[in-house]
Parts: sequence; C-alpha cells; structure tokens
Amino acid sequence: MKTNNITHTVETLPHVSLHHLEELPFWRKYIFSTDHKVIGIQYALTSMIFLFVGFSLMMLMRWQLAYPNEPIPLIGSIFGDDRAPGGVMLPEFYNQLGAMHGTIMVFLGVVPLAVGAFGNYVMPLQIGAPDMAFPKLNMASYWVYFVGGVTMLASFFLPGGSAQSGWTSYPPLSDITIPGFLGGQTFWLLGMFFLITSSLLGSINFITTILQLRAKGLSFMRLPFFVWAQFVTGFLLLLAFPPLEAAAVLQLMDRIAGSSFFLPSGLVVSGQAWPATGGGNPLLWQHLFWFLAHPEVYVLILPALGIVAEVIANNTRKPLWGYKSLVYSIIFLGFMSFIVWAHHMFLTGMGTAISSFFQTTTMIISIPSVIILSGLFLTLHGASIRFNTPMLFALAFLPMFGIGGLTGLPLGLAAADIPLHDTYYVIGHFHYVVAPGSLFGLFAGVYYWFPKITGRRMNENLGKIHFWGSFVCMNQIFFPMLIQGLAGVSRRLYDGGQQYAHAQGVLHLNEVMSIGAWVMAAFQVVFLVNFFVSIRKGKKVHENVWEATTLDWAAAPTPPIAHGNFASVPEVHRGPYEYSVPGHAKDFTPQNQLAEA
Amino acid sequence: MDIPFTIAPHPETGVFNAKAGIWLFLASEVMLFGALFTTYILLRVGAPEWPHGELDVALATLNTAVLITSSITMVMAWASLMMKSFGKFRLYLGLTIVLGFGFLIIKYFEYSHHIRMGDVPSKNTFFAIYFTLTGLHGLHVIGGMIVNSYMWGPGSKMWKTEPARFTNRIEVAGLYWHFVDLVWIFLFPVLYLL
Repeated sequence: MKTNNITHTVETLPHVSLHHLEELPFWRKYIFSTDHKVIGIQYALTSMIFLFVGFSLMMLMRWQLAYPNEPIPLIGSIFGDDRAPGGVMLPEFYNQLGAMHGTIMVFLGVVPLAVGAFGNYVMPLQIGAPDMAFPKLNMASYWVYFVGGVTMLASFFLPGGSAQSGWTSYPPLSDITIPGFLGGQTFWLLGMFFLITSSLLGSINFITTILQLRAKGLSFMRLPFFVWAQFVTGFLLLLAFPPLEAAAVLQLMDRIAGSSFFLPSGLVVSGQAWPATGGGNPLLWQHLFWFLAHPEVYVLILPALGIVAEVIANNTRKPLWGYKSLVYSIIFLGFMSFIVWAHHMFLTGMGTAISSFFQTTTMIISIPSVIILSGLFLTLHGASIRFNTPMLFALAFLPMFGIGGLTGLPLGLAAADIPLHDTYYVIGHFHYVVAPGSLFGLFAGVYYWFPKITGRRMNENLGKIHFWGSFVCMNQIFFPMLIQGLAGVSRRLYDGGQQYAHAQGVLHLNEVMSIGAWVMAAFQVVFLVNFFVSIRKGKKVHENVWEATTLDWAAAPTPPIAHGNFASVPEVHRGPYEYSVPGHAKDFTPQNQLAEA
Repeated sequence: MDIPFTIAPHPETGVFNAKAGIWLFLASEVMLFGALFTTYILLRVGAPEWPHGELDVALATLNTAVLITSSITMVMAWASLMMKSFGKFRLYLGLTIVLGFGFLIIKYFEYSHHIRMGDVPSKNTFFAIYFTLTGLHGLHVIGGMIVNSYMWGPGSKMWKTEPARFTNRIEVAGLYWHFVDLVWIFLFPVLYLL
C-alpha cells in the first residue's frame, strides 16, 4: 500500500511541478508568490536577516558595556558624530540600539521565524492541506511585514535616530522624545501598525486553515503538537495585538495631534512645564502594552515548544508522553496568558489587591508550562535517543527553558519582584526563555526541516560545532546577568553600572558576557556556512529522512511540489506519534498508513 | 489540488473559509475597539470633570438612522442575490454605498464645526478620545465602502461565473458592514449621550 503511494507520488511529481514552472513568471513564483511554502521561505530568510541585525546591534552595545567610553574598534568611525563621535558611543545611540534590539528581535526576528516561516511552511503540510485557506492574504501578510521591517530600519537614518525609549516605549518619555513625524518613535509606531496588520492577517489565515482544511480523518486529537502550538499562537496573535494597535493609535495621536492620552497633568520636562493639556495616564500605556506583550511572550515560546515536541518524539522513537495533557495544557496556557499581564507592573503603585490577583494568575500559568516541560522530559525516559543536531538543540531547549521559567517565578511574586524589577536579573530571565529557549527550538526546526525544503541534509559535524559553541556561549552571556541582577545592577544603563557602588563587585562580568556574545557570533558563521553550502552541496536524502510519522514527511514528496502540496489527497488513520508500536515491523507508522499489513 | 470549502460549508464548523475568516477578523476588531472603549472609561473615571453637551446629538441621531438603514439595505442586497435577482442587488448595494457617503458627509460637518471652534484633540482628553474613536470608526466606514464599491462594480463580474461564491462574498462584506454599524451603536450613546 505504502510503496504504491510513493511510486505514484514520484511519477506524478515532475508533471505537476513542471506544469506550474511554465505557468508562472518569475516574479509570481518567487516574489509575489501565493504558495505557502515560498512565503514560508521568504519569511525564514527575511527574519533570519533581522535576527542577524538585532544580534549586531547587541554586539555593539556589549562593546560599550564591557569597555565604557572606549572607541569602538574597526567600525567605530562609520556611525558619525551624532551617534558615536570619535567612535565613542553616545548614551542616546546606546538607547536607540537597546530599543531597536528588543523590537527587531521580538517582532521582526523570532515571531516571523517561528510563526511566519515554520508555521507557514510546515503546518499546511502536517494537516494535509493543499495550501493556506487564503493564499493571497498570506502573501499580503508577508509583504506588510516586509514594509514594517523596512520602516523600522529606516528610522535609524532619521535626523534624531531611531526610537530610544526601550522596546516597551513607555510614556511620557516615548511621547515627548523628538515629537512629530520625523521622530524615531513615530516611525516605530508606524512600523508597529504594519507588523500588527501582518500578524493579524497571518493569524486569521492560520486559524481558518487549521479549522477548515485538515485532511480527512485528521481529528483535533490526531494533530501533531506543532499544529496545536500554531493554533493557540494564532489566537494569541489575533486577540492580543489589537490592544497594542489601539495603544499605538493613542500614542501617535499624542505625538502628532497634540493630545494627552499618556501625559499626566502638570508634567515638567527639564525644569519646564510641558506644553500639553495633560489629564492622561501613563499607566494606561503599560496596561495596553503588556496586554499584548505578555501573550507575545507565549507567541515567542509556543511554536518553539511545538518544534521541540516534534523533534523529541521523532528522535526518541516514542510517542509524546501524555499527548492529551500537553494539548489541554497548551490551551489552558493560551487562555491564562491573557490575564497575567500586570505582573510586569508591580512597581507602578497600582495597588496590592490588583498585585495579588496578578501574582496568583502568574503562579497558576506556571502549572501548564511545567506539565508540558515534564511531558517532554518524560518522553526521554527509557528511549534510545538519536543524538543528531536537531535533537541536540531540542534537548538543550528543555533545561534552558527550564531555567528561564524558574527564574521567572520570583518576578511573578510581587514582594520578590520589588528588588529584582528592572535589573539585569529580568534580562537574564527572559533571555533564557527566548534565546537558548525559543531560538534553540527554532534552530532545531531549521536542522529538522531543512531536508524537507531542499532535499538535502545540513552537515552534521558543522551542526554539532554550531550547537556546542552556541550552547556554551549562551550560558556565558546570560547566566552572569542573573548574578548582576541579584547584585542590583539596573538594566538600560549605558555604562553597565560603572557609577554605582553596589555594582562594582560584579562589573567584571560585563567583559565575560561581551566576549561570550562575540564568540557566539563566530559560531553563527559556522551555521551560515553550513546553511548556504548545504542548499547546493548537502547530502541528498530520501523522502522521509527522519522516518517520521506526520504527514509533512510521510505523505508529501521531498521537496514538496509547487502548488497543491500532495499528488493525491492524504487520508489519516491514526494519531501523530505512533513510534515503536509493539508487533509492528517498522518502528514508525505514518499517520496516513492503513492497518499494518 | 484546489482549496476545499471556499464555497460549500465545512461539515464540522458549518461555515465556508471566508466566513470563518471574517468572524476571526471581527473578534480582533472587538479587541481593538474594546481597548479604546476601555481607554475612554479609564480617562473619564480619572478626570476631575468631564465635558457634557459639546457634541451635536441631533446630527448623531440622524447618522445613527443612516447607518442602521444602510445595514438593512446591505442585508437586502445579499437577500436579492439569494433570490437570484442581480438587478435588485445592484440597487440595494448601491444604496448602501450612498448611505455610507451620507454618514461621512454628516460626520464632515460635525468635524469641521469642532475644528473651527478649536475643539481639537489637544484641547482636552474628551475631544482627543472623541476624534480617535470616531476617526477610527470613520476609517472603517471608508474601508467598507471601498469593498462594497468593488463588489458593486468590477467585482460583480463574478456573479456570471461563480454565483455561489459571489453571494458568499457579499455575505462576508455584509458581516463586516454590520460590525461597523454596531460599533457606531456603541459610540453614539457613549460619546454623545452619557
């Protein structure tokens, strides 16, 4: 039965793809394509460029933190006198780099890679759909994202530079810094409109696709965990982003039309009364912002969790431990993520009653996260694990995300948050979640699905060098932040805390972290070389190189055909992770396979 | 392989793709306007005093009637297609577009009056939220009119080739238009009456 299927696929494949190759001109096929796979690749390449840009900004900041007020070597002169006179970074420029590092990494790097790239490419294949439900909307989503990214980058070249009020853009500061159309903050807001629109179009498409286009027999409890992760993520994007859009509209009104939504009465700036009527409320921004930005944290982590679940099930050759509990947990997590936002605001004086509520919900949301992580750990138990590169990244994800999660607990408790708030501890905590957490999950995904996309494998040895190098450097960068934070060093200081007596004991760690960052860049070069060389020169692989059960590997040809994905409509007969089923000849049973012959 | 359920409803969800999509879109719109209404409440609760009687209730009542009527004609347009009467559809959808214009014209008179009087967003938070809410709503009206005009003009060619799909499109455009109407039903008492 299965052999027949494959020969059938291979026979029809050349006709289908050639037919489409002739039909579409170049710009329709690769630039304004409506095919979810091409759009996924566009998202992947663009977001990886942005990840590199965001990383570069951080490497510049790390120079300033390690060697304050020393000229930046080699490239210091290119920034000009209004950013870095004589190569020495100005505080304003440091603030721009900080604000844009966060913005670019979150909104232009990780989310588009996790959702736009992996979600777009893999999800329709995993559910046996010919494409996304709305292919043109999908294309629009990518291009709106692209315009948003260009807007953000363009803001660096404005007279006063880019946004510089942190990625959170707290008013009144963000309201009053270089007001008007040509302020970096205005561009930031306009860029956010594009990015919000993009994710709105994307999330509508994702949810509709999963609701409507699942293959016959693919019930919700047979969905691969990755699809579940994308489904919940879709709802978070759909419902959490609009309040930020509202907040951005209000801030834009403040900056352009002179309103005072976020400006309190009697605001004094540099000893002078600020010329606005006041009557607004700066806390309002924080509520609206974190109403988005806390679910956004889960947008960053859930797709990575989904990828890790796929890779772990595949390489342990075992079903996911407690699949249903994991599914219920991720749904519950999605719901809860909407009612924890104010744990970012314990220091704002919003009152102990509200603080108690939000610290309770925050403790509750840690439960589903722990269930998911435990399920993944327990899947490893008793398995004969295949230690390939994607699996190494997935395995490292578990303890790293664990550290990120556990260090978050003190921040979720109002009393413990008071000394820790706005210190490097917070930075260390959330970077453990998103850098060796999300990003490792995404790297696992790149190594895992690369053969699907190109028909070739990435080099294992280079992959392992990339993994071990990144793993060590990540910890070298982020663990000292926890120590510095516990010592009380504030974040966002452009000299890394030189002026503070309490910081003196931990200042030497700045150099350690900075060296870690630069060495990690070198290991990313290994990844880039591996990535681009493998596209043409990598080892060719057969259809289902990882011997996986899900439809993306089991039913679709490798690489997939241009439009339509499947030569014949796949039908699903079983759950997603039937690995090592006793009594079966092979250790994996694809979802589309009928009863064991 | 064609994308399934573009016309026929999915047996489990009971809707075709675009209808699922528009409901999801409207859910996000609820969050957008919900956040702005929340802003309104927060600003008003925190304000020592809140202006009353600054807006023209009569014009707004008229505008409410205009928008509700346009919602009715929108339904009639869809119903005409269901009864295979393309001529009536053109008439009713055309009326919907005209009523949309009417709403905007009345709104223009309100706006220009306020701007002449110096009642601008920088005057106080009341006018700031008034212009933000009604302005955003106005943009939604314009968006709906663009969609409706396309469906009335070039988009209506689809009626000849794929009548069922075209009827679906009008239904989806209608759902959006009713939502825009509904937002106004909330805006009117909140800004003008309370």
